[in-house]
This record gives sequence, C-alpha cells and structure tokens, in this order.
Amino acid sequence: MAVNKNKVKIHVENLSKSFHNLEVLKDISTDIYEGEVVVIIGPSGSGKSTFLRCMNRLEKITGGTVVIDGYDVCDKKTNLNKMRENVGMVFQHFNLFKNLNVLQNLMLAPVDLKKETRDEARAHAMNMLKKVGLEEKAGVYPSKLSGGQKQRVAIARALCMNPDIMLFDEPTSALDPEMVGEVLNVMKQLAAEGMTMVVVTHEMGFARDVADRILFMSDGMIEEEGTPEEIFKDPKSQRTRDFLSCVL
Amino acid sequence: MVRIISEYGELLLRAMGQTLLLALCGLVFACVLGLFFGMLSVLKNRACNIIAQVFVDVIRGVPMIVLAFFIYFGVPYFFQNFLNKNVTLSALTAGTICLALNCGAYMAEIIRAGIQSVDKGQMEAARSLGLPYWRAMHRVVLPQAIKTMIPSIINQFIITLKDTSILSVIGFPELVNSAKNVVADTFKSFETWALVAVMYLIVITILSKVAKILERRLNNGR
Repeated sequence: MAVNKNKVKIHVENLSKSFHNLEVLKDISTDIYEGEVVVIIGPSGSGKSTFLRCMNRLEKITGGTVVIDGYDVCDKKTNLNKMRENVGMVFQHFNLFKNLNVLQNLMLAPVDLKKETRDEARAHAMNMLKKVGLEEKAGVYPSKLSGGQKQRVAIARALCMNPDIMLFDEPTSALDPEMVGEVLNVMKQLAAEGMTMVVVTHEMGFARDVADRILFMSDGMIEEEGTPEEIFKDPKSQRTRDFLSCVL
Repeated sequence: MVRIISEYGELLLRAMGQTLLLALCGLVFACVLGLFFGMLSVLKNRACNIIAQVFVDVIRGVPMIVLAFFIYFGVPYFFQNFLNKNVTLSALTAGTICLALNCGAYMAEIIRAGIQSVDKGQMEAARSLGLPYWRAMHRVVLPQAIKTMIPSIINQFIITLKDTSILSVIGFPELVNSAKNVVADTFKSFETWALVAVMYLIVITILSKVAKILERRLNNGR
C-alpha cells in the first residue's frame, strides 16, 4: 500500500457541479496519488456519488477542472473513451450486461476496443474470474448470479481493461448483508496490490482498515479529510462528529 | 361459395400475393424509417428529438387514407402545376411510401420506448469501460431493447398488413380491391367478403404463430 506522493493520479481543482439550479458540488479541490486508497464518506445527498461520476466524466462538470491519469476531462479535445479505458468503475447496481454471459461481459470491451485478441481476452478474463473466485460461472448469465457474485464479476470486468485507477460507487449498498464481505475482500486484495482506488461507501470498517485517506463530504463540500485515525478518533468538525455518531 | 372459389380463387390468391408484396415493401422501409427516427428521438440532442417528434406527430395525426390520396394524387399534381414536371407514381410505389411512413412513425415510437426501457446503468457501464456511444448502443443497449420491442413490432406488422386494404382506394390490385371486382361481377357479397375475411385470418394467424416461435427463440438466449 505504498502511496507514491510524487505522482498525482487525479487532480481536482475548484470542481463544481449543478443540476439545473441545484448546486451539488461546491468548489472541491483535492489530489489523489498513485497507489492511494481514498474513501469518501458522508450523508446521502452530500454529493459523494456525483463527485465520483465527475472523475470519469459520466457527469458533465459545470466548473473547475479534473485531470485524471493525465486526461483533462473538461477539455473538449480530450478523448474521453481513451481516458475511460484506464479508469475502471464499479456501480452500486452492478450494471452487468444482461444480454451477455459472464465471460462475454468481461471480454466485450477488450475485444471491441481491439486491446486484445479474442483468445488473449478469454485467457485474461478467466484469470480475472479466478482472482474474484468465480471461474465456474464463466458461462452463466448475470440473472443467475447472487448480488455478491454480480459485483465481483463487475469488478473483474473493470479489471479486464487493466485500469490504472478504480472508482467504486457504493459497491456494497445494494447487497444482502451476508454478501458484503466477499466483495470487500476482493477490494482489499486490490488495494493491497497497489491499485489507486476511490471508494464511495457506507462501510466504515472498510474505510478504517483499508483507506489511506478519508474524505468526509457534506453539502457538496469536503468538510474534513484525514487518515482513518484522524477522522474516526479525533474528528475536527461538528458535522463529521454528528455523522460518525449516527453510523458507528 | 364453391363457384366463387373455383372461378375467382386464383384471382383472389394472386391479389393476396399483391397484398403481401405491398405489406413487405412497406415494412422494409418502415423499419428503416422507424430505426432512424427512433434513434433521433433518444439522442441527447434537442434538434434531433424535435425532428423525430414532428415526424411522429404529423403521421399519427393524419388518417392513412388521406395520406394515400395525398401521395398518389396530391404529390404528382403539385409537381405538374407548380414545378412543371411530370411525376407519376405507380400505385405500388405510392402504397409503399404511404405504408412506410405510417408504420414507420409507430415503429419509431416502439423503438424509442424500447431503448428507453433499458436501464441507464447499462449504457453507463459500457461507456465507463471506454466503449464509444454507438458501440455501446449496438453491443449492449439495442440487443436488450429489441427483446422488449418484439411483441409490439409484431403487432405493428399485423396492423400494417391489414392496413394495406386501405390502399384499395388508390387502385392497387390488392385483396380488397380485387374482391370488390368479384362482387361487382357476381353480386355475391356475402360469400366473397366471407372468403376474403378468412384469407386474411389465415395469413395473419400463420404470421402470429411464426412470430411467437421467433419470440421464444430470442428469449431462450436471455
């Protein structure tokens, strides 16, 4: 879990985002370094997911700049598709392609974008399935998987593109409690391998154990940030304290 | 009844052939139009949406019989009197255009609704992997949308097949038009129209059955 402080992977500067008249993100600035695991916590409606979705430009940015993996996402000339090849994303509701089986889900993007031949992609996909412990599900359609299995497949699918950065948008929020562990374990393993990760979650245990840094968001702003120790043991802001007393 | 079948059976069968030909021509172009305007209406572009909406509203707001008269009589008249050009449309051409426009508008709505019924997360997931919009549409969204669209599309095909009868008014020798001639010859309207009804019924029943099988096949692939 070595954080390389010399290399900024995600640079966010004065980021703001509005939906019509509703200001969801207000003037957010932060730098995320190579190999760093940043966990974003905060009450619902505080803009956590929107912040994450601004990073790979699933949401249009209304102000400020985001530079991710060297790509300025606000610049009209930036090839967003190229950027997204290097930035994996895992969604709350898995979003596995329902018309494809597990193996096809994993192979679609690498083959379609000509990053790998069919055979390479298949071998790579099987490797990734092994990594998340689901090799035997290769030929199965998503509708036949449990929530935890779906999310592990979704992680494997993102990894098949060999991303430099992984974004997780509440990856365990839609899971039955007994399935949360299996997904978190995969994420922990990924963190241990040095992946740069940004995780929006309500799993405080995960935040405490795995995060290098925690951002507490409230009302579209970063209210407080620090190591898990600082945030959980000695929160500076009243809002952080209120929030933590509710969830812990 | 037997006399009608023996004397006019061949003529009516040939007329049924013409009906099917007209329906097929209309449907092929309707699919193209439907796909085009359906796509325009789901694009994130105001101008495209408006164009699609206007097309659908105009065609839906005009009875097909009026559309048929307009295309077959109105358009050539317009070219002759205002542009001094001689344009004649065969009944088949005019009929095909008319069916294509009419069915195309409804198809556009079916396709729009089908695409919009696919969870937005599917497109987002595909885009987040780096797939361009049209690749994501082609590989992920459309295959799922088509499955939900199939019953409505089949329904629309059947309606279009029946709507060919309206085109008897522009003199296309399809089934209804030919049956009218048979009645004029024989004065046996009960037998003739009953026979025509049964002919439509048989063809449409066969089509529905084939469609059901096709639908089941597609659903097996999940």
